[in-house]
Amino acid sequence: MVLVLAIGDLHIPHRAPDLPPKFKSMLVPGKIQHIICTGNLCVKEVHDYFKSLCPDLHVTRGEFDEDSRYPENKTLTIGQFKLGICHGHQVIPWGDLDSLAMLQRQLDVDILVTGHTHQFKAYKHEGGVVINPGSATGAYSSFTYDVNPSFVLMDIDGLRVVVYVYELIDGEVKVDKIDFKKTATTRSAQ
Amino acid sequence: MMLNGAEDEEKWLAEGIAGIQHNAFYMHRALDSNNLREALKYSAQMLSELRTSKLSPHKYYDLYMRAFDELRKLEIFFKDEGKHGVSVVDLYELVQHAGNILPRLYLLCTVGSVYIKSKEAPAKEVLKDLVEMCRGVQHPLRGLFLRSYLAQVSRDKLPDIGSEYEGDADTVMDAVEFVLQNFTEMNKLWVRMQHQGPGRLREKREKERNELRDLVGKNLHVLSQIEGVDLEMYKETVLPRVLEQVVNCKDDLSQYYLMDCIIQVFPDEYHLQTLETLLGACPQLQPTVDIKTVLSRLMDRLSNYAASSADVLPEFLQVEAFAKLSNAIGKVIEAQVDMPAVGAITLYVSLLTFTLRVHPDRLDYVDLVLGACVKKLSSIPKLDDSRATKQVVALLSAPLEKYNDIVTALTLSNYPRVMDHLDNGTNKVMAMVIIQSIMKNNTCISTVDKVEVLFELIKGLIKDTDGADVDELDEEDFKDEQNAVARLIHMLYNNEPEEMLKIICTVRKHTMAGGPKRLPFTVPSLVFSALRLIRQLQGQEGDIVGEEVPATPKKIFQLLNQIIEDLSNVPSPELALRLSLQCAEAANDCDLEHVAYEFFTQAFVLYEEEIADSKAQVTAIHLIIGTLQRMNVFGVENRDTLTHKATGYSARLLKKPDQCRAVYACSHLFWVDDQDGIKDGERVLLCLKRALRIANAAQQMANVARGSSGPVTLFVEILNKYLYFFEKGNQQITGAAIQGLIELINTEKQNDSATPDSASDAFLASTMRYIQFQRQKGGIMGEKFESIKL
Repeated sequence: MVLVLAIGDLHIPHRAPDLPPKFKSMLVPGKIQHIICTGNLCVKEVHDYFKSLCPDLHVTRGEFDEDSRYPENKTLTIGQFKLGICHGHQVIPWGDLDSLAMLQRQLDVDILVTGHTHQFKAYKHEGGVVINPGSATGAYSSFTYDVNPSFVLMDIDGLRVVVYVYELIDGEVKVDKIDFKKTATTRSAQ
Repeated sequence: MMLNGAEDEEKWLAEGIAGIQHNAFYMHRALDSNNLREALKYSAQMLSELRTSKLSPHKYYDLYMRAFDELRKLEIFFKDEGKHGVSVVDLYELVQHAGNILPRLYLLCTVGSVYIKSKEAPAKEVLKDLVEMCRGVQHPLRGLFLRSYLAQVSRDKLPDIGSEYEGDADTVMDAVEFVLQNFTEMNKLWVRMQHQGPGRLREKREKERNELRDLVGKNLHVLSQIEGVDLEMYKETVLPRVLEQVVNCKDDLSQYYLMDCIIQVFPDEYHLQTLETLLGACPQLQPTVDIKTVLSRLMDRLSNYAASSADVLPEFLQVEAFAKLSNAIGKVIEAQVDMPAVGAITLYVSLLTFTLRVHPDRLDYVDLVLGACVKKLSSIPKLDDSRATKQVVALLSAPLEKYNDIVTALTLSNYPRVMDHLDNGTNKVMAMVIIQSIMKNNTCISTVDKVEVLFELIKGLIKDTDGADVDELDEEDFKDEQNAVARLIHMLYNNEPEEMLKIICTVRKHTMAGGPKRLPFTVPSLVFSALRLIRQLQGQEGDIVGEEVPATPKKIFQLLNQIIEDLSNVPSPELALRLSLQCAEAANDCDLEHVAYEFFTQAFVLYEEEIADSKAQVTAIHLIIGTLQRMNVFGVENRDTLTHKATGYSARLLKKPDQCRAVYACSHLFWVDDQDGIKDGERVLLCLKRALRIANAAQQMANVARGSSGPVTLFVEILNKYLYFFEKGNQQITGAAIQGLIELINTEKQNDSATPDSASDAFLASTMRYIQFQRQKGGIMGEKFESIKL
């Protein structure tokens, strides 16, 4: 069991002052093995905070990030899965699943983690799974008027990944889970 | 010299101890053989060792304790009349024949103890006699120990109420009188020690005096333990008499110790009820007495007393404790002109702590304390003592901690005035403390007035203050400060749009004063705050006739325009561009075509004139394209103009691969996937073909440069775009066209004699897999994809 936190679009301090307290109390150091961050933190303070939760931190660049040295996209292998990260403002039309599928093919990954729209999505297509953890602070988005703070925790176990999405709705944390299995022979996640 | 002195003292002490042991031995023999005469002889000789002047208090105590132990045995002997055959009355007279006064008096006190126990005379009479007789010894050290002995043996024999030695009327008074007299005499002796010996040994004397202080203080402790001393008696007799001695002795060591002793030893309830008397003594003390510490300790005790139970609080109000303490402090500070700043401020901190504990709801009291502090701070030129600064910070932090709601602290009119007296560095630290308090408690600041006060308090962070040394500014610290302010802006909120707009304007006013260094940090928060307000207003209809022009999205967009303009002048073009595009999207949602167009114009100007870095340009153009793609408010003309610009700039990016990608991104500008969206298949294809041409050119250049083709990635990307529009139903893209593109890619791959690029190979492979997958789907999609012959 490998726990991977997928989180992003916090937009601290431009659009939000801080993570919701209920999320903060859930995110405890030592429990998570990897952190994947889609971008738009936006400041070093947030980077340091994530680092304190887990030293294996992967961040890609969002268009409002203070640190311009984050890569545009990144790939990494965790267990049997290849993961790709990209903030998503680079993929036009924004939020378009077919265009994201193209990026996924290009990066050749099983799971593509992307952000920008501040809307949680977990979508399976021919080429794999696209996951958008949404905005961890529920930050203002030109995409949608209705943003609930959310993040995703992936439990990678062999050829199976369970995606837990945590959403803060009306002050309460709601959890949902989705299962994905990967077949060993083909590249696609069925 | 010193070493010799210490060695000598050891020698004398040893001699004294030997003397005591020697005589004690013979005394014990006399006791065993019931020989009173001999017992008296040897005990007197033994006690003569205490006549020495050569020992320091510490060593004398050693000697005294040995004598004390021996006297206990003697007392037991005295008590047993059967053994020595002399009545206690006669014994009392007999011991007075001892040659030297000191042994005589020790013996007398010892017999006195037995006398009182025998009840053959009232306790008060014996005690009175003893306390008077002890006047015979005026040597400070010897006198103190003698009277201490008297206090020790009389301790359990005072004519208190309920004691077996209780006399008739006024019995408690007698007990009190005795202790008071002993105390008074002991204090006089103690003070006299100060003036013994040469001036250069003053420090040594003070040290020795300190070793003896508890002997004097013990009397006060005894007074507090007397059952019969109730509040009335304390108020009428005990306190006035004690204070009389304290004031009259005019000795700063004694005064400091005894004032503190009174405070620690007597109950807090008593202090409350005698506050005026107690405080009245303070100005009468020697100016060198550290009265502020005494007052601080008094206030601390009273604070704890208040905290112990809610029932006592009305008492505080009834005795007007706050007013009295406040006045007393004022008088002390006024009287002690040379008191350093740290002293005065520490006093105010104690008073504030007291006020917050005892009268937390009386904000006027809290403000008064701050005001008094301001007055004091105004009288000194500059606060440069770090301890004083620390105290001021403590003063300012106390209300924040007490009232978790910062809004309460904001109502204290003197709060900002205290802050003004801090040096720049500390002022900023305090400002950060305030911000952190707001963030921690999730406080919302919801009116313009409060926002103004808040910004007044944190003005050290918001702008460069006079005299601030800009060079000294640590970059990391500066960033932290500005980010804190940025976060704070989100806590300034009012549900009511008119008030919220006023708040936004107020924040703008203050942040503008921050200058170019600060704007990139603070403007984004302000902009998003305004955008949120616009969203809130979107639901609401029209103008209210006859009233002041209400907040409208249009008004706010105008404001935003100006704000972004200011930001771009910093210069901060990349950020300004991003914010312009955000505003454009918001204007789109409000159906304000003209406004949205203006923001796009602004963005393009920034792109054209300010953004020179090639990487920055790539991101910027993609942001423009992405935003434009989502616009549905534009009429054909406007849309065409903007689209034309976007494609133009895309094609002119510095590097060919970037050009290619931007251009094919532009293809989406001609195809919007929703119901009323534009779907211009021809122009899409034109874009893709243009992208293809650029990709070709890129290949040619790679050929020339490296002697082989570059990776075919760009072609595969374009292929994917063909597939995208093919799927969406763009008639202009045929299966044949896709086929052709695939063949082209394969050709290019073969021509690429360099090591094969696994990334682009994999990309192509997965793309082909996708095509297969679609074919196998069956239905319309399957049919469609069948037309691509592989």
